[in-house]
Amino acid sequence: MKTVCLYFQVHQPWRLKKYRFFNMGKDHNYLDDLLNRSVMQKVARQCYLPMNALLLKLIKENKGKFRCSFSITGTAVEQFRAFAPEVLDSFKELAATGCVEFLGETYSHSLAALASKEDFTEQVKLHTAMLKKEFGVKPTAFRNTELIYSDEIGAMVASMGFRTMLAEGARHILGWKSPNYVYANAIDQKLRLLLRNYKLSDDIAFRFSNQGWDQWPLTADKYVSWLASDQTPGEVINLFMDYETFGEHQTADTGIFEFMRALPQAILSKSGELEFATVSEAAKKHQPVSVLHCPHVMSWADEERDVTAWLGNELQNEAFSKLYAQKEKVKALKSTDFDYVWSFLQTSDHFYYMATKWLSDGDVHSYFNPYDSAYDAFINYMNVLSDFIIELDKAVAAKGAKAAKAK
Amino acid sequence: MRVLMFGWEFPPHIAGGLGTACYGMTRGLARNGVEVTFVVPHAYGDEDQRFTHVLNASDVEAVYGATESGADDILEKMSFIHIDSNMVPYISPEEYETYHEQYVKTGQKVWSTTDAWKQRYTFSGKYGANLMEEVARYAVVAAQVAKDLEGQFDVIHAHDWLTYYAGIAAKRVSGKPLVVHMHATEYDRSGENVNTQVYAIERAGMHAADRVMAVSNLTRNIVITKYGVPAERVVTVHNAVRFAENSGAAPERGVDDKIVTFLGRITYQKGPDYFVEAAAKVLKRVPNVRFVMAGSGDMMNHVIRRVARLGIADRFHFTGFLRGEDVHKMFQLSDVYVMPSVSEPFGISPLEAMRSNVPVIISKQSGVAEVLDYAVKVDYWDVDALADAIYGLVKYPALARMFSTKGLEEVTNLKWNDAAAKIKRVYEEVIEESQKPSNN
Repeated sequence: MKTVCLYFQVHQPWRLKKYRFFNMGKDHNYLDDLLNRSVMQKVARQCYLPMNALLLKLIKENKGKFRCSFSITGTAVEQFRAFAPEVLDSFKELAATGCVEFLGETYSHSLAALASKEDFTEQVKLHTAMLKKEFGVKPTAFRNTELIYSDEIGAMVASMGFRTMLAEGARHILGWKSPNYVYANAIDQKLRLLLRNYKLSDDIAFRFSNQGWDQWPLTADKYVSWLASDQTPGEVINLFMDYETFGEHQTADTGIFEFMRALPQAILSKSGELEFATVSEAAKKHQPVSVLHCPHVMSWADEERDVTAWLGNELQNEAFSKLYAQKEKVKALKSTDFDYVWSFLQTSDHFYYMATKWLSDGDVHSYFNPYDSAYDAFINYMNVLSDFIIELDKAVAAKGAKAAKAK
Repeated sequence: MRVLMFGWEFPPHIAGGLGTACYGMTRGLARNGVEVTFVVPHAYGDEDQRFTHVLNASDVEAVYGATESGADDILEKMSFIHIDSNMVPYISPEEYETYHEQYVKTGQKVWSTTDAWKQRYTFSGKYGANLMEEVARYAVVAAQVAKDLEGQFDVIHAHDWLTYYAGIAAKRVSGKPLVVHMHATEYDRSGENVNTQVYAIERAGMHAADRVMAVSNLTRNIVITKYGVPAERVVTVHNAVRFAENSGAAPERGVDDKIVTFLGRITYQKGPDYFVEAAAKVLKRVPNVRFVMAGSGDMMNHVIRRVARLGIADRFHFTGFLRGEDVHKMFQLSDVYVMPSVSEPFGISPLEAMRSNVPVIISKQSGVAEVLDYAVKVDYWDVDALADAIYGLVKYPALARMFSTKGLEEVTNLKWNDAAAKIKRVYEEVIEESQKPSNN
């Protein structure tokens, strides 16, 4: 019996507006409200609402046998609240079925795990609190931003009380080993790892509508025959993808919704061979076959499966180090206004826009990028960050003066 | 006295200092009683089949939207002719070829330049296939213009190499004396790697001319030594600056820190990297300073990467290409203005900064250094000296005050009227010489 583990990532960044040098010191609204609203409402219309409705229907039809997992970033939830509250309601409905697991992650879809344990812990705590508030759940499984993982990061996650974590089934880490088993973290072996089967995941997420692909068109029956066949050996098949795959990256006219509608029945009809489980259920069901050594940081992005999409050039490194240099001040200030900006400035997308590696994965990069060039993205981000630092310093000084007076 | 003048940009559609200089110069000439017919290339595209467009000064002012009160009497003395052409300021033959190839391949007519200039150029099949061909075609049309205007001008004046063939052609047709104006030589633009075709045109223009006007002694020396023009035929006429009547209220400052500004094209010639290195040195000593690089150009991305690598990107800001009101605003927000040009025939922007009460630091390798006393002068390559000067102007208010008040006085005395009077005397000389029977 092979377990199929479906996991969807839901994320929207707060996009910054064009913020010029002349705005600095005068204008502290950094967000492009119109763009954020229109993107959110478009994605809600094309993906979140129809897909949530479909999943809800599938869960009801299959009476608890169809199960899947989500992680939703804090910045996405903030934008649901602001621009599309009905999406948030439909996620709550999914949560209420008991067939959907919500995973912990960083609140802002941030790179905090690469900054320090302290920053990372704070981001995770924020996200856990959000899950509790919105969905009434406490997560036991974790997925880091863009599946960024290393032995150290896994150990940090374990120390925060999580039992399971997701990672990429990267070839350079696995070697001859198969991603279709449960593994354990090399430092803390209590932490179980589920590794993404990137081939089968990308068949849906990237190749589904590619008419040049020799397997096009992909039907649910054909796909399930691959899952069930001996060519996919192992115990657990991890299909991890962006939720926006459905209706957004693969638009409705590609037939992606019909594919998803047919998939659960096709899988469940192979009774005794295939079953569904959420992330934590799948990890509990199977014993780890080995520890996974991953001394260097990896992710699910690009051909290289590393973090150079976010921290690969001097622009990104400079922005990253200037940002995290502010954390003591933000912490000392304890102001919700500053915490809010601090949170959305950490979102990894800002750094992704500054990438200059446009070789094999240029298409994917430019698809997500609202800027003309990495340099434009850098200038704009640094202008916003500079103004944030100015205001932060002023507020810290004012607080210090007040405290001195009180004495 | 009437002059037929060939230029290639005129405010406010300008990419650099040449248009500003032409504007000030023609106004100064008008004040000195010289009538100017100003010929500029203007791309009309496929729809329009005429080669030239004669415009009244009032039409042009309306088109350019730059009418100022009290200027009417001057405008009466000017007229404009547009020659349909896609010659654009500051374009290199290589760039021109790229655009033309793209046009032929894709039929795309409107092109933004590759860098962040964000200027749009119109291309059309009826124009030359490369810049050199276009320069020659332009000269043919210019000859026709000179013929049509026969008897309506006494002297021809051409600005920079793009129009030199036009000047020569007009001289051949009309027999009137030719004055060419060197705003920038190929050596200034490209260092020692000169484009030989451009050099050849510059040389031909200067040798065919009755007089060469250079914007500084620096440029005059280059003309004499590198182009072999006899010294007695080369005159220096320094540029001046126009005083806007109402400079408007100063914009509200957003940040309390001192602001040190670089404003210009971000290219090799302007020395932007020396500004960055000096900024890093200053920031090690004084935290409350911000550096702004306003402009764009082929070295911009390189400079951004360098700033990031030095770890000063939170205090070093880029504005992109600024125009019109934003330029003015930038000057008003500045506490120090720096022009570290590697090679600058003149350099009009420090004068504009001084006009806004901003103390300036200029490189000794700029022509404007010859006319200014109240500007800090450093060698462009001497990053330490540049950092010292910035530090001094930022930290010692008395020093900054001295430079800004004395500088304002100084720049106020650099009048286009005086420069134009000098130009007028050159006109008179060449006209007189041309009327004398030739001795050789």
